[in-house]
Amino acid sequence: MTDLTRMDAAALAAEIAAGGASAVEVAQAHLDRITAVDAKIHAFLRVDADGALAAARAVDEKRAAGEVLGPLAGVPLAMKDVVVTRGLVSTSGSKILQGWIPPYDATITSRVREAGIVMLGKTNMDEFAMGSSTENSAYGPSHNPWDLDRVPGGSSGGSSAAVSAYEAPLGIGTDTGGSIRQPAAVTGLVGHKPTYGGVSRYGLIAFSSSLDQAGPLTRTVLDAALLHEVIGGHDPADSTSIAAPVPAVVAAAREGARADLSGLRVGVVRELSGDGYEPGVLDSFAGAVQLLSDLGATITEVSCPHFGYALPAYYLIAPSECSSNLARFDAVRYGLRVGDDGVRGLEEVMSLTREAGFGAEVKRRVILGTYALSSGYYDAYYGQAQKVRTLISRDFAAAFETCDVLISPTTPTVAFPLGARVDDPMAMYAADLCTLPASLAGTPAISVPCGLSDGLPVGLQVMAPALADDRCYRVAAAVETAVAGRDGQPILAAGQSL
Amino acid sequence: MTLTMSAYDDVVARYAPVIGLETHVELGTVSKMFCGCSTRFGSEPNTQVCPVCLGLPGALPVANARAIEATILIGLALNCSIASWCRFARKNYFYPDMPKNFQISQYDEPLCTDGWVDVLLDGVAYRIEIERVHLEEDTGKSLHVGGSTGRIHGSMHSLVDFNRAGIPLVEIVTKPVPGTGALAPEVARAYVTELRGILRSLGVSDVRMEEGSMRCDVNTSLSRVDSDAWGTRTETKNVNSLRSVERAVRSEIVRQAAVLDAGQRVIQETRHFHENSGESTAGRSKEEATDYRYFPEPDLVPLAPDTEWVERLRATLPELPSARRCRLQATWGLSDAEMDALTNAGALDLIEATVAAGASAEDARKWWLGDLSRRANESGVELEELAVTPAQVAQLAGLVTTGRVNDKLARQALSGVLAGEGSPEEVVTARGLEVVSDTGELGTAVDEAIAAAPDIAAKVRGGKVAAAGALVGAVMRATRGQADAQVVRELILARLDQA
Repeated sequence: MTDLTRMDAAALAAEIAAGGASAVEVAQAHLDRITAVDAKIHAFLRVDADGALAAARAVDEKRAAGEVLGPLAGVPLAMKDVVVTRGLVSTSGSKILQGWIPPYDATITSRVREAGIVMLGKTNMDEFAMGSSTENSAYGPSHNPWDLDRVPGGSSGGSSAAVSAYEAPLGIGTDTGGSIRQPAAVTGLVGHKPTYGGVSRYGLIAFSSSLDQAGPLTRTVLDAALLHEVIGGHDPADSTSIAAPVPAVVAAAREGARADLSGLRVGVVRELSGDGYEPGVLDSFAGAVQLLSDLGATITEVSCPHFGYALPAYYLIAPSECSSNLARFDAVRYGLRVGDDGVRGLEEVMSLTREAGFGAEVKRRVILGTYALSSGYYDAYYGQAQKVRTLISRDFAAAFETCDVLISPTTPTVAFPLGARVDDPMAMYAADLCTLPASLAGTPAISVPCGLSDGLPVGLQVMAPALADDRCYRVAAAVETAVAGRDGQPILAAGQSL
Repeated sequence: MTLTMSAYDDVVARYAPVIGLETHVELGTVSKMFCGCSTRFGSEPNTQVCPVCLGLPGALPVANARAIEATILIGLALNCSIASWCRFARKNYFYPDMPKNFQISQYDEPLCTDGWVDVLLDGVAYRIEIERVHLEEDTGKSLHVGGSTGRIHGSMHSLVDFNRAGIPLVEIVTKPVPGTGALAPEVARAYVTELRGILRSLGVSDVRMEEGSMRCDVNTSLSRVDSDAWGTRTETKNVNSLRSVERAVRSEIVRQAAVLDAGQRVIQETRHFHENSGESTAGRSKEEATDYRYFPEPDLVPLAPDTEWVERLRATLPELPSARRCRLQATWGLSDAEMDALTNAGALDLIEATVAAGASAEDARKWWLGDLSRRANESGVELEELAVTPAQVAQLAGLVTTGRVNDKLARQALSGVLAGEGSPEEVVTARGLEVVSDTGELGTAVDEAIAAAPDIAAKVRGGKVAAAGALVGAVMRATRGQADAQVVRELILARLDQA
């Protein structure tokens, strides 16, 4: 019998729909896989076997009743812990929310459930999505299945590790500055950050409201597109949600798989290369550029002069917003409460709780953001960063006048060793150098595997104008096909087998 | 340290008060500002809550369009400019009844700016300029248990009710109002009265100060009458009735004068008004401004009311109190002073409703400003809180007009109504107050009165008609005031051949 955990989501859904395997069998196979390997990977903070099997049974019953199943019905999914799930503990990787059981579902959780997708559990992440390695998780890091001594990226590193280790074919991540794309790149996956407002944020435990977006992490471009169509689309509960239909990303992925990009104008962003980029990454990137050219695309170099300011701008905006978003964790209504001995006053209990409940990186950003927003500094910091954001958007707009998509490496380096950057925040922040501009501009971007460097995967980032997510999928699917053709197998097949 | 308080008249002869008012109004929308929870007052604590108004992780606000429309209407009624683009902002501070530890409010981009409203006192108009009208969410309500003051400091624990959290709140801020002199307290009260009337006519709030759906903070400062420099202001909170607005300003003027007279400086602080004593006590010092770290609310899209929307709302504005007053003043034929008195007594609606129920304007005015005002004053309540409806007052006036009761009996009937004995008609019947004008019934009483006072009867017979008054009085006494005095007089004169 075929190993169900090795199948991609589209194939699994077809198998279930055709009766080749039941959803329960599929769920059980993945639960067994988790039992077998997750002690080494630590992708999951919580596995919900009962919930998963119940959801799978419901799919099987629907099928037995002759109901038409959705395109991903019965397919297992790994949900990042930042997404609230009714009845299932959601901590956002933080001690301060240890044991918190949400009384409601995030919009994307509801959509996943309604689609018959089987949620296996909640995945590890950097605390409150702040980090690029999962090492900021209050519950210990996840490990990269390619090399257990390396990070799986972050903040969505639990989801990337789970999907890359065949513990689930579908993963949900969230991306504030690169937290889907960077983990995808370093674990050999496809990861897409949708246009800001394309996927509802209702029920994402907020890090930086003007940047956060949820999106898919999968082993194939088509799977990412299928999941995107499930979770995307307007949500009246999120007023920043775009009232427009989801771009036709599945059709675009299928179109792209035909590996013909004739007439496509591709811009290589000059500013996203050079110093700090590993030679192996640049080599793989150059190989991807060659492939795109071979597929019929026209390649030009474009300059986005303000991209260099993305990192400082991001590290003012995101901490500012998080300092406010995280204020609600005060021990009054839910979550951790420390020092409430009937003697200590309210403010002291709040302080002790936040002292004990937040990790170092979260505190660093809350302090940074509190400072940046304070009276007298606001204009110089937050205000100035917002101006930079506008300039970055203008850079994109100018580039998209002559290009259909822009490309860059997704990350300057391959997966780095665990512990290598924990004491150097600036080095950690640099992991998001290439992904930050699209975050600040609110434009869509995808990472697709394009090669190996010293046996570790390298991602290609494809950026498109707002609402043109379909372009990302089309180009990524073409690259996916061409890379498999060039190498004789998909990138992921080169991964270490556990 | 005790300060010596001077008499108010003495104080305002030496100091010129400057007042300013910040009024918070809970809008009467069906649902809260950023979620679908009910806004009903008085429910069990924490029964009208959801992930959004509890600030649960992941929850997001969505602005209530009805609340935005209500705010625009208020802005238009107060002659404000309506911003074509503005944003909500987060006001960050920690307080346990604020679920997110920030309040969604507006900061440097309020929805409405630069308006005005005129208030009238004794025929003189005072223009109150409106600085801004903005929209925000209310906080929850804390009950601090175990302390002596009911404040958080010194309490053993606190109970929090989030039913109020997220109710749409409009803040209306005046510019400083100088130049009102001794009348500052009355102007403050007249402004709040006028504002309340405007809000009520717009139907956007039930504006009940006692339930907290309208709350007023009063800023007061003093400058010397011979100086242009304004003094340090204080902000008096917990001012929960129209009467308290006036009292709070008056007592703060006297207090600040005493501070200045003692050679001390007024401390910039919030003060807490006490309804019972009419005094205020010091609260939070505002000498060091709290840094609220305002920034544009990233969870909400900017508010951009287009001209078409604003004009459509403008077209729905009802007749506002000032226009209505002009109309009613003309209809009722009153002088400016009479009209102001009636307005500031809060009697306008009551009189209009009484007239609508069939009374003459003169009668309606007489009852509400006369006997009823006296009774309201005696019991320390507002006119509208009296247990009598305009329709009942109209009925009472009708009973007098048709001669079924006289003024004195009518007042007795009113006492019955206020005591809950029923409508004036019912009270008159039940208490047997109706005027007796049946000549047959009265004849006996007249004959007895003449027989009892033969000397007076003789005088009348002799042509001294004026002496008949004593006989009329005797008959009225005998009938316990229920006789129709005119009929009695005619009967007596007829008996004594003087008809």
